[in-house]
Amino acid sequence: MGPFLETLLGGLMTGMLYSLIALGFVLIFKASGVFNFAQGAMVLFAALAMARFSEWISRGIGVPAGGWAANLLAFAVAMAIMVAVAWLIEKLVLGKLVNQEGITLLMATLGIAYFLDGFGQTLFGSDIYKIDVGLPKDPLFLFENTFQGGVLVNKEELYAAAIAAALVALLALFFQKTTTGRALRAVADDHQAAQSIGIPLNRIWVIVWSVAGFVALVAGIIWGSKLGVQFSLSLVALKALPVVILGGLTSVPGAIIGGLIIGVGEKLSEIYIGPMLGGGIEIWFAYVMALFFLLVRPQGLFGEKIIDRV
Amino acid sequence: MLYRENGQFKTGYAEDQQIFPIRQDRIVILVLVAVAFLAVPLLANEYLLRAILIPFLILSLAALGLNVLVGYCGQISLGTGAFMAVGAYAAYNLQVRIDGTPLLVSLLFGGFCATVAGVVFGIPSLRIKGLYLAVATLAAQFFFDWAFLRIKWFTNYAASGSVAVADLSAFGLPVVTPVQKYLFCLSIVALCALLVKNLVRGHVGREWMAIRDMDVAAAVIGIRPVYAKLSAFAVSSFIVGIAGAMWGFVYLGSWEPSAFSIDRSFQLLFMVIIGGLGSIMGSFFGAAFIVVLPIVLDRLLPALGAGVGLHVDTATVSHVVLMIYGSLIVFFLIVEPHGLARLWSMGKEKLRLWPFPH
Repeated sequence: MGPFLETLLGGLMTGMLYSLIALGFVLIFKASGVFNFAQGAMVLFAALAMARFSEWISRGIGVPAGGWAANLLAFAVAMAIMVAVAWLIEKLVLGKLVNQEGITLLMATLGIAYFLDGFGQTLFGSDIYKIDVGLPKDPLFLFENTFQGGVLVNKEELYAAAIAAALVALLALFFQKTTTGRALRAVADDHQAAQSIGIPLNRIWVIVWSVAGFVALVAGIIWGSKLGVQFSLSLVALKALPVVILGGLTSVPGAIIGGLIIGVGEKLSEIYIGPMLGGGIEIWFAYVMALFFLLVRPQGLFGEKIIDRV
Repeated sequence: MLYRENGQFKTGYAEDQQIFPIRQDRIVILVLVAVAFLAVPLLANEYLLRAILIPFLILSLAALGLNVLVGYCGQISLGTGAFMAVGAYAAYNLQVRIDGTPLLVSLLFGGFCATVAGVVFGIPSLRIKGLYLAVATLAAQFFFDWAFLRIKWFTNYAASGSVAVADLSAFGLPVVTPVQKYLFCLSIVALCALLVKNLVRGHVGREWMAIRDMDVAAAVIGIRPVYAKLSAFAVSSFIVGIAGAMWGFVYLGSWEPSAFSIDRSFQLLFMVIIGGLGSIMGSFFGAAFIVVLPIVLDRLLPALGAGVGLHVDTATVSHVVLMIYGSLIVFFLIVEPHGLARLWSMGKEKLRLWPFPH
């Protein structure tokens, strides 16, 4: 029972981190109908900016590296950069591609992904950098009285999951309670109707991409402090794709629950099925799982029902 | 003045239904084929053949296959690299396990195995559409990436994980020097292009296009979505599989699974979109653009850097190439979302009116 629970908990926490990236996909897809392949590149870019600025700032004004002052300033700078990126993407790319088909937009975001990958590494360097925001690294034992040996939980992952949950709650509040959030939901429902009642589409898109940039930054910091900031961070986002299609492209709760399902399924399969197949099945298991879910529910678990009309 | 179809009367069905109904088109294509088969091998040097023309031909073949699926049948696939890999490894296994298999038989077997894989992974397309399908096809990509890396039987228990073939020959003729390889690729590409051209103007192609334009309406008028979608997946993966086998056998010689990674899938999709969806000519344009661009950038950037007195190291060059590549793709999508093939047909329209614009 102990090892099973341990895997389950580990899966839930990894799943929470996947949800964090998936959230970025869903936000942008809802508001602009763009399937944003550049989310992974944005995570890498944001994490690189954060890591490097934290280093430069601590050296520039003489505060200790990894201290809260350097981190807070770096966070602010990185966020400003992500807003600038969002503004540029809207101005230079999406604004020019209004009314194009989904696949053209998808390709455009792939182009953006290549650009951001290249730009980030030209600007900030391509070594492995570390982000230290003070997440504790030591393990934690739970239920020591109930089981032999207890259940081992990584404290860092616990914090990360808490941050992710807080972020989701924050976004839900933002979407439900603020005027901007209401405008965002209106745009998501129907572009033309939203525009006709005076919601400025262009500004909404900049806001959505900035929010996605913010989510990317948080995801980048958490993943970055876990794995180090390096190019492979941009590939973590590929793991979020099955999460998105499993949960449904248009559903925020779907991204969370999809992430948890994928996280748990992946870890359990790796432990219990993996050895039979030669290991490393984590890479494709999530996709195959999502595929089977889709065969039953083509729109994902929480996606809007697809209705075809001739 | 030069390009005009008036005065060309058709007096029989055969004439009416030929591939190029306009005489000038026929002449241009004949000249093009003659140049490709005769002049290029004589004039091109080894570097041009090996580094540009052979990859260009093989990738245009793969793009052609993908175009059947995406451009003609409207089913987005991000797993093309995987189907190329299936073709390459199937052909390799036949070659290794049965001694003396002719090269062409191996290639066809690769195509056949890719067809089976394509149909299996195409089955979800009957229920899933659009972007959901695009992501679902990634399952094929990651599954085969993993399979060829981890299941040692496929790589014949090679210690390094990379497999190699040597001393190719077809019909008793060696396929070893760049010129021979080029001619071999060119023949296969020409044959496949002809095959696809005839398929898409027949009833199969019309069914695909009907499904692409609106699948519900197509089903209502009596087209079976199952047959149309799966046949598109089959034809597409067959061609992609052959292209994959050629990529491994003829171009690379020895390869690892990473030769057919997800980047390859994206690259092929770029070719199809930049070249033009639903256009055979477009597949070639797109492949030419994507193959030549990085080579040009690789050479141009250090020279440019030296010109302004900057030393550009290779890492920076590769990053800047990524940036330029990304922005050019976006630029092309904005300027001509229907691809280079649209520019081509606009050029032909202009030429028909030239020199009198009214």
